[in-house]
Amino acid sequence: MSANNPLTQDFPASDPDSRLAARLRECREQGRPALIGYLPVGYPTVEESIRAGIELGRNGADVIELGVPYSDPVMDGPVIQQATAIALENGFRVDDVFRAVREITEATDAVVVVMTYWNPVMRTGADAFSRRLAEAGGAGIITPDLVPDEAGEWFEASARHGLDRIFLAAPSSTPERLAMISRASGGFVYAVSVMGVTGARSSVSDLAERLVADLREAGAPAVCVGLGVSRREHVEEIGAYADGVIVGTALVRALGEGGPEAVGHLTRELAGRAG
Amino acid sequence: MQSNPEQRAARDLAEGFLGTAGASLKEAPGPYFGEYGGRWMPESLIRAMDELEDTFEKAKADPEFLEEFQRLSREYSNRPSLLTEAQRLSERAGVRIFLKREDLNHTGSHKINNVMGQALIARRMGKTRLIAETGAGQHGVATATAAAFFGMECVVYMGEEDTSRQALNVARMQLLGARVVAVQTGSRTLKDAINEALRDWVANVDTTHYLLGTAAGAHPFPAMVRYFHDAIGAEAREQLLEATGKLPDAVAACVGGGSNAIGMFHAFLDDPDVALYGFEAGGDGVESGRHAATINLGRPGVLHGARTYLMQDEDGQTIESHSISAGLDYPGVGPEHAYLSDLGRASYEPVTDTEAMEALRLLCETEGIIPAVESAHALAGALRVARGWVEEDPEAARGRVIAVCLSGRGDKDMDTAVKWFGLGAAIPSSELQAAAVKEQTGTVEAADAEAVEDLGTDQYDDPRKGTQH
Repeated sequence: MSANNPLTQDFPASDPDSRLAARLRECREQGRPALIGYLPVGYPTVEESIRAGIELGRNGADVIELGVPYSDPVMDGPVIQQATAIALENGFRVDDVFRAVREITEATDAVVVVMTYWNPVMRTGADAFSRRLAEAGGAGIITPDLVPDEAGEWFEASARHGLDRIFLAAPSSTPERLAMISRASGGFVYAVSVMGVTGARSSVSDLAERLVADLREAGAPAVCVGLGVSRREHVEEIGAYADGVIVGTALVRALGEGGPEAVGHLTRELAGRAG
Repeated sequence: MQSNPEQRAARDLAEGFLGTAGASLKEAPGPYFGEYGGRWMPESLIRAMDELEDTFEKAKADPEFLEEFQRLSREYSNRPSLLTEAQRLSERAGVRIFLKREDLNHTGSHKINNVMGQALIARRMGKTRLIAETGAGQHGVATATAAAFFGMECVVYMGEEDTSRQALNVARMQLLGARVVAVQTGSRTLKDAINEALRDWVANVDTTHYLLGTAAGAHPFPAMVRYFHDAIGAEAREQLLEATGKLPDAVAACVGGGSNAIGMFHAFLDDPDVALYGFEAGGDGVESGRHAATINLGRPGVLHGARTYLMQDEDGQTIESHSISAGLDYPGVGPEHAYLSDLGRASYEPVTDTEAMEALRLLCETEGIIPAVESAHALAGALRVARGWVEEDPEAARGRVIAVCLSGRGDKDMDTAVKWFGLGAAIPSSELQAAAVKEQTGTVEAADAEAVEDLGTDQYDDPRKGTQH
């Protein structure tokens, strides 16, 4: 709600040596894309989601995105909608997120970030949420329905508690907005590869490669690509031009069908460790 | 004219606002209304919002656009709508009640104003497909109507629960050529229909305009929807001056998202002596937890693109709302209403299902007008305001004026009314005859005790025995 024009406004600097940034740099030095896996906390139960997160971290995920189930998930497709609805029915509470972050961080060497629609953070208080996340060992927040234009409180809270701000960029974003998003983000920018909601797709759109190039041009700290990724060949294809590859729906489906072990198995495959 | 304490407070506030900010409340352009409003939206939709805002701003400044919008309002939507003085209802209430007759618009509600405006905007943007959410079905019907009129494709998202409550409107939309999708996610009501429409929009934004039906959501929707409904209040203000020679003492409207209310209020925002009342759905009563009284009991949060009052739990999860009226069954509210409430310029109060249904029946019986259940909330609230005036000073109350926005007609609510009042069974003629016989028997008995003994024979036909046939 700043009176300044957000397109030209200065944001608090992000830390180029944050744990998230360092991890992405390590992957780059190893000549491979970071593998980023998403799972919602509380699906099907809090305990099982934590076990699945640990499987994810121990089988090749460099970064884990823990989703906060929300009553109105406008950016999610049917698989994640269903999973988060089950989590809510089973009594998920926002408090559970901090426990999941702590236990997964302690049990794996993956860097854990949270992906959340903004209202649960606003209700908890951006500062209180950030403080508790940092205390639990979380590294940042991905904000699918918060744009830098509205993120005043989040800029303050993230700077105060040393969290990375991961904003989304879309194929429809203008060059001015890509520049703003790049300046506003820390760790990486989340490049949305298709115009649409989350969901596994058989092919990843070529919009992604152009978007990654445009974001690099715009000065993004690093760029990871999500929406539609489900197979090892997508990881390789996207890994050729992006810093990281984000997998969500395919992992959630695996968890639903085969439990935490299936998540571990799919993670190995996605990481190129299978066979 | 005498004014009560709350009116004085509202006037002081409005004057204070005008004095300090040097701006009229009417000129609030968005994106922010105080701390409410804004654009809490996925990045994927920001470009579409920018394009929409730009097109809307240019259209407002384009005389050709304005001329076309006015012409359609006049020749298609049936504007200006009438102002009716509700004479018999006024006698009952002890105050003067005027009804702004949005129920007489084409398609049966105020919704047509906004859809014709936005469809024109969609055409200017080269969009060929309209999508919409709908609760009661009034906005869906209006959007399907506009799509047919402009030759566009139309998909309407409607909570599954609402498709059964409002089956008649589903059929109307289908007849008008729209595809109606019954949304089966979440609480299966209006908020989930909006979620589904947003998902469609993200995926099809190149060809599609999301024709949001209420003055909520991300900028520019609240400001744009208000603009297209401005005529409601502007006409009412002029008509009331004409009819009574003065401004009304109060204006009332129902508030779900708040589009008819903001349209009705807008012309009066800078008239500090006019009290503004928004009536929210109180459902089973606010103490029951089953209601949609968002401003009264919600807390600020973000939903569907705007920061506003929301019904939410401690974790920020949206709480399901409840109301007999599908059109008010929404856990959020337009951001400008949140702002007007905080300022104290408008008062927002809950009206229960029972109060609304009683008012609905009263209007039917006193005025021969069947209002929508939504509009019946406004009426019930207005009657409550009237009772307050009468208690304060019955003599003065007789001269006081309240204008109610009758936002829609009640045809769509017949199912609800049938269930609520137990209507629908016509009286068999045999029963009437039996009653007539009984009545005649009674009359005979009273007139001539002797004659009763003759009943059961044909003799009572005899005129000498003093019976009537």
